[in-house]
Amino acid sequence: MGIPAAQVDVTEQITGPAMNVAFIDGQPTPAAHAFAKKSGVGVSQLERVTTSKGEYLSAKVTKKGRGAAEILAESLPKEIASIYWPQNMYWRKRGEVFVRPVRWLVAMLDEEVIPLEVFGIKAGNRSRGHRILANRDISIPRAGEPYVSALRDAKVLSRGAREQQIREALDAATRTIPGARWREDKNLLDTVVNLTEFPFAVLGGFDPDFLGLPEEVLVTVMRDHQKYFAVEDANHKLQPHFLAVLNTDGDPQGIIRHGHERVLRARFNDARFFWEADQKHSLRERVTWLKHVTFQKDLGSYYEKTRRVQRVCSWLAERIRDSGIAIRPGVLHKAACLSKTDLTTELVKEFTELQGIVGGLYARVQILDYDLKEDVRQAIATAIYDHYKPESMEDPVPRTTEGALLSIADKADSIAGMFALGLQPTGSKDPFALRRQANGIVKIIAETKLPLNLTQLFEYAREAYRGSAAEKKFSASVDYAEAVRSFFRERLEFYLRDVLGFKYDVVNAVLVAGADDVVDALARAEAVTQVRPSEDFESISAAFKRIKNILRQASETQKQVAASIDSNLLREQAERDLAAAIPQIAKKVEELRGGRRYQQALLEISRLRPAVDTFFDKVMVMVDDQHLRANRLALLQTLLKEFSTIADFSAIVTEKEKVQ
Amino acid sequence: MTSSKSNSPTFQDLILRLQTFWAERGCVLQQPYDVEVGAGTMAPETFLRVLGPKPYKVGYVQPSRRPADGRYGENPNRLYKHMQLQVILKPPPDDVQDLYLESLGAMGIDLRQHDIKFEEDNWESPTLGAWGIGWQVMLDGLEITQFTYFQQCGGVDLEPISAELTYGLERIAAFLQDVDSIYDIVWARDPETGSVTTYGDVRLADELQFSVYNFEAADIEKTWRHFELCEAECKALLERYAAVSKDRTGDGIAPARKRFPLLAAYDLCLKCSHLFNILDARGAISVTERVGVIARVRALAVGIAKAWVDQQKSGVISDEDKQEEEKPTAKRLKTEKVSAIS
Repeated sequence: MGIPAAQVDVTEQITGPAMNVAFIDGQPTPAAHAFAKKSGVGVSQLERVTTSKGEYLSAKVTKKGRGAAEILAESLPKEIASIYWPQNMYWRKRGEVFVRPVRWLVAMLDEEVIPLEVFGIKAGNRSRGHRILANRDISIPRAGEPYVSALRDAKVLSRGAREQQIREALDAATRTIPGARWREDKNLLDTVVNLTEFPFAVLGGFDPDFLGLPEEVLVTVMRDHQKYFAVEDANHKLQPHFLAVLNTDGDPQGIIRHGHERVLRARFNDARFFWEADQKHSLRERVTWLKHVTFQKDLGSYYEKTRRVQRVCSWLAERIRDSGIAIRPGVLHKAACLSKTDLTTELVKEFTELQGIVGGLYARVQILDYDLKEDVRQAIATAIYDHYKPESMEDPVPRTTEGALLSIADKADSIAGMFALGLQPTGSKDPFALRRQANGIVKIIAETKLPLNLTQLFEYAREAYRGSAAEKKFSASVDYAEAVRSFFRERLEFYLRDVLGFKYDVVNAVLVAGADDVVDALARAEAVTQVRPSEDFESISAAFKRIKNILRQASETQKQVAASIDSNLLREQAERDLAAAIPQIAKKVEELRGGRRYQQALLEISRLRPAVDTFFDKVMVMVDDQHLRANRLALLQTLLKEFSTIADFSAIVTEKEKVQ
Repeated sequence: MTSSKSNSPTFQDLILRLQTFWAERGCVLQQPYDVEVGAGTMAPETFLRVLGPKPYKVGYVQPSRRPADGRYGENPNRLYKHMQLQVILKPPPDDVQDLYLESLGAMGIDLRQHDIKFEEDNWESPTLGAWGIGWQVMLDGLEITQFTYFQQCGGVDLEPISAELTYGLERIAAFLQDVDSIYDIVWARDPETGSVTTYGDVRLADELQFSVYNFEAADIEKTWRHFELCEAECKALLERYAAVSKDRTGDGIAPARKRFPLLAAYDLCLKCSHLFNILDARGAISVTERVGVIARVRALAVGIAKAWVDQQKSGVISDEDKQEEEKPTAKRLKTEKVSAIS
């Protein structure tokens, strides 16, 4: 299907020994014979070529293209062995691993079996049907569509067909309830598509009394534990129904539906039991219980974490107090205090994915403190509810400033502790999902425009561990500040490039000039993206690259750069003009930069272009006179330094470079 | 629902049917191990038998105690002690998955009328230094079996591997009998009188009393002392074994190794594990202690597994004896074993 049957034959002319070595007295020497043999031709077929070095023996060699089956037989076992599985196993011998035991293997090119063997299994043209609906060997007539349809006949559908069949079955089952629809859930759909071979769906119901439990709890039980789709009405209100995706072709007697309903009823009963049992102890009472819940073995309990998070929250509240962003420190403090208490509840022990959410739900219905106004209580509940957000780049950030700060403080505490222990993520190892947490911090700051400095935040988060038992476990060999800095620079790069879609060179240029202030880096990236297409900016970028090269060469050849520009040494008009332009423009740029008017600042910088262009036209930098040279280098260095605070323009790939 | 309660198997029928099925397929039928364990995996018939090269097939019911899971007999779905039917197939036959499905048929489940799914569910027991890859088997949305390809046990890579099938008997019985509470499961029905004995009749009292003991009455200090005594004795045995096995000269050595009571050492290790579970349920183990205590039990289990492998070679000495513990290659394993009830 769509691949050539064989590689094309390749003919090449290869050069052999010199003529005067290959033939002596017109007779071929052993060298000629050896060359002929190596080339796979007879001595009489050898040719001679004349090169600049003299006459040489030559042969035309045709390499036969190998057949596709042969190539596949050789490469497929390697490909199969190199498939990445997050977890794999062995079953024949150690070191020979796959995700599950391999029992049969189909490898075909058109009608032919590709002769290969993997895990002791010889490839063939026989597969197996659905384990219950068609538990038999099936014969595959041909690769491609006939393969797909042979499997389909044996009740094993392709991925696309399964998804379609599931959607249709869900629609059909839901249609039996007027006005209802199933709640779209991409991840759940993916899961059930991959859990089934021949899917079908049934609609089940549950006692409407259970709708008295929070929707979050019901949906979690259905989705995460039972892999059921929720059903809602036109106003998105949850209905007392669910949809189960089956791996069989029907349920004519309702036996399967009955079974699923029974399981769900038990699960919901459990949830209700936990919900009610949890109300016997308030979140306030549970704060000290956190002493018995481990956060991380070396970082101590959640009680200690709570205290640290509260301190970081206070610090954060201080930071943003003057920024004009409204914040209620009391709400933040109380929310931080209670944020982890739901870890002691039965409901969260059972449904761990509801951490935070359960705390928020309980806070909504409990007395959190005496004399709390209702709106304050709700604000505390919301901050707790949201504080694990965002769980992914698609997940929204916390809805309130208090929630945002609590989320940042919680994540910063985890990252700070783990980095201080020397347990930063490496490669695919990230057991505490620190990358996700750091991405979360970046996203929150970017979207809420919080004026926060990452270096300071992490200095303070580290400071919050001061004097703790955990601190004794901290690694002495780790450069904490540097590790956190480069980690966040990576996260910010990921966010700007992969999430927001900025060009990689813009991102590089911007982050070189500073990666500490997320909001600021974002504003600079936007400004650079805006001005980047202009001709003046292109030209400035090219000039900055040139300047950087000159300075690098100067440094490599140990040429001195003057400490400051000496105006007496400015001989040429062009360099005097440039030297004069720098402070003028720099002043304006600084003003604009101070006001974060980056686009105007960049336009201002691009006004340097005529002066810079003329300079490079008329002035030679690397002259022999070392004073002149040192002064000119100082001029360029000043230029670079003064105007690289928004972005490092030399990192921008210009149109000219792209063409090359 | 067409199935009627009266023709569905009783709890004891279910056990008999499964045992018969596996006996017919060559399994030794063992009896429950008589030391408290948290899961069928911990019984020596699994923990020790999966080690070493010798093929083995065994099936047994194992009452499994999990003190923290007790609910005073008040929760219809949760038990302090549940019953697992454990099957070990070493090595697993190629058609092990089909065999398993057949066993469901033997229990009276018509597969054509139900929804069976194999959902990825990998298993790890840090306390036993054991892990494996496998599935939880779902029957109409109910987890009825944990199906594991055992990879490592007691920190020792398994060669050959074993398939471990752990059936949650209460769940399956409640499903087959279509009852909502475990305590309503018909355990036995008198063929003459038709009179019924329920799960509640048989077990409710010990659910209640052991919940009281584990959550309220267990003497923390004495339980700790039990733990420490068992641990000390187990360690002492392991040290003695090390001395015996190191000395590989002279005629009396092979018999001395062979008769060495490692099985008794393993019982002591199981006792430690159970005592730890009681202390944990009693709320007597602090955060900082917890990890450490688990590591202590693990050290015993791993020590015994290694010694057992050595002992099984009964006198054959090779470099393999020094085979180092290997780290599992897998990540993100789920640390819970199937608990028998929904």
